[in-house]
Amino acid sequence: MADNQRPACVSCNTHRLCGGRGLLTLKQGAWASNPLAIQVLGICSALAVTNRLENSLVMGGALIFVCVGSNLLVSLLRKRTPHRIRMITEVAIIATFVIVFDQFLKAFYWDMSKQLGPYVGLIITNCIVMGRAEAFALQNPPILSIVDGVANGLGYAVVLAIIGFFRELFGTGEIFGRQVLSGQWYTPNQIMILAPGAFFALGIVIGVFNAIKGPEPEEKKP
Amino acid sequence: MSQTSALVIFIAAIFTNNILLTNFLGMCSFIACSGQIRTSLGLGTAVIFVMIMTTILNYIIYHFVLVPFALVHLQFIVFIAVIAAFVQLVEMFVERFSPRLYFALGIFLPLITVNCAILGASLFMIIRKYSFLQSVGFGVGAGIGWAVAIVLLAGLRQKMRYSNIPEPFQGVPIAMVVTGVLAMAFMGFAGMVSIQ
Repeated sequence: MADNQRPACVSCNTHRLCGGRGLLTLKQGAWASNPLAIQVLGICSALAVTNRLENSLVMGGALIFVCVGSNLLVSLLRKRTPHRIRMITEVAIIATFVIVFDQFLKAFYWDMSKQLGPYVGLIITNCIVMGRAEAFALQNPPILSIVDGVANGLGYAVVLAIIGFFRELFGTGEIFGRQVLSGQWYTPNQIMILAPGAFFALGIVIGVFNAIKGPEPEEKKP
Repeated sequence: MSQTSALVIFIAAIFTNNILLTNFLGMCSFIACSGQIRTSLGLGTAVIFVMIMTTILNYIIYHFVLVPFALVHLQFIVFIAVIAAFVQLVEMFVERFSPRLYFALGIFLPLITVNCAILGASLFMIIRKYSFLQSVGFGVGAGIGWAVAIVLLAGLRQKMRYSNIPEPFQGVPIAMVVTGVLAMAFMGFAGMVSIQ
């Protein structure tokens, strides 16, 4: 970890823990290049599971776990992995963590596992996890990679929670299954729970993020 | 579930249970490659082909290898390995035997490995307990459904280039909202046929 060639951390001015870039990495991942709202990666699951706030939170947790785990392992193995087979190594590592999480859900939260259906398994093809392993963990020391995993997982989870909150609120008038908007004056708008609502909600969230971040050319990369 | 005919599943997978518009699978490449109709047609064709083949392969592997040996919990890793290996194989095969097709499809093939619609189709097939014929129907239908959706969006986005869109919404956000409208339009098919 003692990597003295790197510049010192902007926040703590030391080389401890993060190799000098801890806070910067955290900020980058969670806000400035938020995987979901700014880079528009991994939107499949963001659309599919956000019909309830509870599901969104579990999915966010799953992604944090997988992202941290795979980042750590990829980073630990980065000097031993031959360049040619790095992709398949990354996929195998990610799949391992996804299986662990899936088995955990099946064992302790069967109902949740049923509700999320195939979307837990689909974390394997979630571009965020793969992207962070490829773009970050391959070049950086383990602890910094964990920070990056937490940051990106958190950035994803927060946006997911925002979307889940509004979809459940407007779609059913409930939060966590408890009535919030009273049925007397609010008619639940079913469309927010159904597929089109997911697209509208994510489109609006990305638009709002763009508006807050100020005028910057749109990124259209996969 | 088990007595629905393969044809019904095929139709449903295109219209009422479109894998993209109701299950949100394959969104990344859907948004990224829907700029032009030509590109989206190429990608759509590649997805149809790979989806049919991997559904069949994964069905065989799941029912004749994973279930008898009690390795079902390894399904994710096996499925993704099958998909990755198959895509690689197709790429080499096409490059060797049909250079023209390679230039038309080749660049899209690596993208397909990480297209969650492909893995999703295999997982749905398992979760919904399809028979072999039903799985084939579902694989073909889901592939065509995905291709139809991406070509439709590409057409819409080409038109939208001349519209006056508020600045923060240009690009991805408006594509999302338009997809929402598209999904709403496809809901009109509901009731025609229904699966699950």
